[in-house]
Amino acid sequence: MSQDLKVSLTRRYRFAASHRLHRPNFSEDENQRIYGKCSNPYGHGHNYSLEVTVSGAVDPATGMVANLGDLDPFVEHEVVEAFDHKYLNEEVSEFRQEVPTAENICREIYRRLKRFPPAHLERVRLQETSNNSFEFDGEIGGQHQRRP
Amino acid sequence: MEGQGIRGENVMIRVTRKIEFSAAHFYHNPNFSAQENRRVFGKCNNPHGHGHNYVLEVTVAGVPDPETGMVLDLKELKDILQREVGERMDHRHLNYEVPELAGQIPTCENIAQVIWRLLEPKIAKGKLDRVRLWESPDLYADCTAESGGEGA
Repeated sequence: MSQDLKVSLTRRYRFAASHRLHRPNFSEDENQRIYGKCSNPYGHGHNYSLEVTVSGAVDPATGMVANLGDLDPFVEHEVVEAFDHKYLNEEVSEFRQEVPTAENICREIYRRLKRFPPAHLERVRLQETSNNSFEFDGEIGGQHQRRP
Repeated sequence: MEGQGIRGENVMIRVTRKIEFSAAHFYHNPNFSAQENRRVFGKCNNPHGHGHNYVLEVTVAGVPDPETGMVLDLKELKDILQREVGERMDHRHLNYEVPELAGQIPTCENIAQVIWRLLEPKIAKGKLDRVRLWESPDLYADCTAESGGEGA
């Protein structure tokens, strides 16, 4: 009668960072058309809220999927210290080549956190403003749809 | 197939109801040494305990009844949550006063599983889909049925 249950744990972290959405291989007009005010030359910033979800077996000795004593320092080191109060375009090397859209930030955070040893990374959810949030669970595939 | 057509009677809808309760707990494993307990559980090991305002979100999935347009009566769900969880856990010490948690460390993960097992047999209409237990605005555990596991 006892059902197998799946348990995950979600923890929220915060960082504030600036960025600029701009591609050097696009013309100024194109950058303005695609990125709008996000392309303004001096950049702008957000208070990001990051939710990290890990899953796995609940250790009977601790009652935990992951010990926050392990997860917190890992996320702090991999993401918060690297991104907080930084200009992402210049100070996070991955964004020297890639536009630091929230989608790309999400993907980069997932890549960094995937290596967390004690539990399975289920997904990351990045809230850029109270109106916009982005999630990535590692799923690869699907066709990118270009707007007509 | 569930979810066919948005005008059919077989659309699957998820309904979520929230309740809050406040409770005390601490983490301690009697098989660990005192040092090990402190190392693993940190300040949560303080034997005097501490407490949280827990927020519980319970999601039930089902096909709305064609007569009422409802998956289930939310008032009934509220009463179930109050009876099964509120009365058991609100203003209680989870280490000492909740028999279902006896012998377990009362972490978010374990409490969410206990709540799932308390609620699952009581949901008469629809099917328990997810138990989300917030320990603070920055931390929650989700409990769902393992896909591929035996159904209810």
